[in-house]
Amino acid sequence: MKKSLLLLMTFVLALTLAACGNKGNNGANGAASPSESPSASGSASPSEEKLTGSILATGSTALQPLVEQVAQKFMADSKYSGITVQVQGGGSGTGLTQVSEGQADIGNSDIFAEEKFKDADAPKAKELVDHQVAVVAMAAVAHPKVGVDNLTKQQLVDIFTGKITNWKDVGGADQKIVIINRPSSSGTRKTFENYALGTKTEDLPGSIQQDSSGTVKKLVAETPGAIAYLALSYLDDTVQVLKYDGVEPTVENVTSGKYPVWAYEHMYTKGEPTPVVKAFLDYMMSEEIQNADVKELNFIPITSMQIARDANGNVTQK
Amino acid sequence: MNLSYKEVKRDTAVQASKPFPKHRIEEWRGKAYVYVCILVLIVTIFSIVYFIAVRGLTPFVSGGVGVGEMLFGKVWDPDAEQPLYGALPFLYGSFATSLLAAAIAAPLGFCAAIFMTEMMPKLGRTVLQPAIELLAGIPSVVYGFVGLSVIVPFLRHTFPGQGIGIMAGSIVLSIMILPTVTTIATDALRSLPSGLKEGSYALGATRWQTISRIILPTTLPSLLTGIVLGIARAFGEALAVQMVIGNAPHIPDSLFESAATLTSIITLSMGNTTLGSAHNNALWSLALILLLMTFVFVFIVRLLERRAKR
Repeated sequence: MKKSLLLLMTFVLALTLAACGNKGNNGANGAASPSESPSASGSASPSEEKLTGSILATGSTALQPLVEQVAQKFMADSKYSGITVQVQGGGSGTGLTQVSEGQADIGNSDIFAEEKFKDADAPKAKELVDHQVAVVAMAAVAHPKVGVDNLTKQQLVDIFTGKITNWKDVGGADQKIVIINRPSSSGTRKTFENYALGTKTEDLPGSIQQDSSGTVKKLVAETPGAIAYLALSYLDDTVQVLKYDGVEPTVENVTSGKYPVWAYEHMYTKGEPTPVVKAFLDYMMSEEIQNADVKELNFIPITSMQIARDANGNVTQK
Repeated sequence: MNLSYKEVKRDTAVQASKPFPKHRIEEWRGKAYVYVCILVLIVTIFSIVYFIAVRGLTPFVSGGVGVGEMLFGKVWDPDAEQPLYGALPFLYGSFATSLLAAAIAAPLGFCAAIFMTEMMPKLGRTVLQPAIELLAGIPSVVYGFVGLSVIVPFLRHTFPGQGIGIMAGSIVLSIMILPTVTTIATDALRSLPSGLKEGSYALGATRWQTISRIILPTTLPSLLTGIVLGIARAFGEALAVQMVIGNAPHIPDSLFESAATLTSIITLSMGNTTLGSAHNNALWSLALILLLMTFVFVFIVRLLERRAKR
């Protein structure tokens, strides 16, 4: 009796695994069937009062904590008790890929989809609808003992392109500069290059690349002569925050448009969102979330921004 | 002869009355179980190889990247206007870190094995062996973090340079592969026929002479197997190395300068790139190179095993 049960279990496991294997093959052929619909759309009931269904949001690890916290609150709300929200990380690229292929309902991204889907993939970006839910600002930081607290844009460019290699050339201590960068594919690095440097940079020999903000902060605090950039939420006394052209990186300066190094946090949907997904995105944009959770996790509420910016970097007053 | 004939006869008699005797069903059940398991295993392995090969070959087939360009190119800049996919810095980094790690771990592992088998078997079996095996159970992110918090600052203060780099990666890896090297070496030393040792002692050889002239040469193929398996593990380790090596896509001038390995660059960029983009496909090519290297390591181990049996 026990034996046959064991046999059955093994059989089921085997079948599941075999199915997984086949799926992998399909993906490899690039023949992901278009009929694979997002899980939310199928089960969303048309009735206004009670929405039911499930939402899968995946992508940016920077945005993940916020989406997770909001998802918890959202599911606890009795109005939306029929909806389950699942949040996964994986990076901005993964988020955009999965939402574009219909594997996820929401793709979280640190940068505009137009910047990721280029050339042959450009039409994919057109299908996606952008929902900007928060703003994250970045500041250049340095090791506390470099003796510099302000850098001009040109000085930053010279440092990150390797023209200036010693802190004494920008008025600091006689100390070699160690660049701690993000990988060239990172959204954080793209934001910094676009809005702080205004130019693309190469990975210089001897520069360090780390993807996680925690590791970057640790390295900046410990490595003599280090320079890096971090989101405002990571700044504290262990690193020297650098002013940008004399402007201090503060929330007020970002919202008023004086400090340019910031980016939107995006939540992309493929086409217009289904009622279930829309309910979640509306909840995300509501005052109670924007003024509480968003601020609490050190993002800047999108509603407080006095300026707006498009994918090409054109700034307009609201 | 007679007996088996009788048995067969009884068997056929039972079969005539009952189409499926119990032992036949058991036999069939066991067979089906094994075949299904094997099938799953084969399907899984082939899916993985096929998936990586299809994605990894795309840059060469349709992306206009030459195999030589990837293997020997020194510049990795996939996001530039004119993207360059030179993976030589990563190959160099991978080989340098894993070989150096093996060079550090091998003497430690051998000495530990000799201590546990020849010198103090009781203490070795009760204390040292469990302690070393414990190293295998520590998650790699813990190794990486310890490396970043302890080894990197130590190297930064002791040697010129930034502390991070190939040396830091090798030290972290050497501790990670120590259990593999030690366990295989210990097993090899334990399985040595005791006659060899006793003969050597009987001829008046000292313990050190016995170890260096009899035990080590005899078990050498097995010891090398342990090292190669250790190198294979070091070659594939991603997270711990990524945290301490610095990840600059350049061949470093010193052991204490930022470098990168195949695995570190894959983990660093895979999540940030979209599936199907040229950059992403190039990362799959790196994964394919890793896979092929693993095959080479397995092949070497098989060769060594054949030598050990002779």
